[in-house]
Amino acid sequence: MSHDSHTMHFEYNVEGGNFTRAGYASSEIKKILKQLNVDMGIIKRTVVACYEAEVNVVAHAFSGTIYVDVSTESITIRLVDEGPGIPDIDLAMQEGYSTASSKVREMGFGAGMGLPNIKKNADKLEISSEVNKGTTLEITMFFN
Amino acid sequence: MRVAEIAEKLGLKVYSGMNGLNREVTGGYVSDLLSDVMGNADAGEIWITLQTHKNVMAIASLKDLAAIILVSDNTPEQDTAIQSNGEEIPILGTSLATFEISGKLYELLK
Ligand SMILES: Nc1ncnc2c1ncn2[C@@H]1O[C@H](COP(=O)(O)OP(=O)(O)OP(=O)(O)O)[C@@H](O)[C@H]1O
Ligand SMILES: [Mg+2]
Repeated sequence: MSHDSHTMHFEYNVEGGNFTRAGYASSEIKKILKQLNVDMGIIKRTVVACYEAEVNVVAHAFSGTIYVDVSTESITIRLVDEGPGIPDIDLAMQEGYSTASSKVREMGFGAGMGLPNIKKNADKLEISSEVNKGTTLEITMFFN
Repeated sequence: MRVAEIAEKLGLKVYSGMNGLNREVTGGYVSDLLSDVMGNADAGEIWITLQTHKNVMAIASLKDLAAIILVSDNTPEQDTAIQSNGEEIPILGTSLATFEISGKLYELLK
C-alpha cells in the first residue's frame, strides 16, 4: 500500500484456476473500504462488482493483477489479466452467455451473470480485451 | 428471528460457525448459482443451497449473509467449515430437499 494525502493504492495478484483463493482480494478490499468508513451502499455495490471481476480472472484467465485506487472522489479498481481475452465483448455482456467449463459450472459458476452484475453495480465500467493476450476491466465507483 | 431459533424450529444440524448463531435473519434466498446469489441476495438473509465448497463462504461473507443451509444431507467441505468458524457465519444442514426446507423457512419468516 502507498499513501499520500489524496489517494491510496493497493495491489493484489490473482491466480487463474485457483478457486480456493477466489474472493480473497475482494474481501481485503471490502475490509479497507469499511475501515475508511465508505458508505455501506457503495461498499455493497463495489463488493459485487469486484468479486465477479476477480472470479472471472480465476475462471477464465491465467493470471491477473488487481490495482485499487481510492481518492477523495472515487474508487477505481483495475483488473488486468493475461488470458484468452474476450472475442466479442457485447456478447459476453449478455446475461446467460458463458464459456465456463463443466467443472466450473458444477461449482455453481457459469450462469453468465457476472459481467451483467458488474455492469449493474458499477458507476462506470470499461472493458478492453485482446484475444490470446488478455482482458482489462476498469470499475469506477463515485462517492457522490 | 435469530439463526439459533430457526435452527431449533426447523431441526437443523449446526456444522460450523456456532459463534454466529445469534445473527438476526431478515429473509431467505434460494439458489445454487453463485453469481445469482452475489447479484440478488441481501445482507442478513439465510442462503439455501447444495453447494458445499469454500466459495460459498466467500460469498456469504462478502454479502454479510446470516447463515447457510445445506440441503439433502450435504455437508460442508473442511475448508468451508473452517472459514465459517472464522467468519462466524453458521453452516446448517437438513436432510430435506430444497423445496421442502424453503417452504418451511418461508412459513417461519413470513
Ligand atoms: N477475464 C476474462 N477473460 C476471458 N474471458 C472472460 C473474462 N471475463 C469474462 N469472460 C468471458 O465472458 C463470459 C461471460 O462472463 P460472465 O462473468 O458474465 O459469466 P461467467 O463467468 O461465464 O458465469 P458467472 O459469472 O455467472 O459465474 C465468460 O463465460 C467468458 O467467456
Ligand atoms: Mg463470471
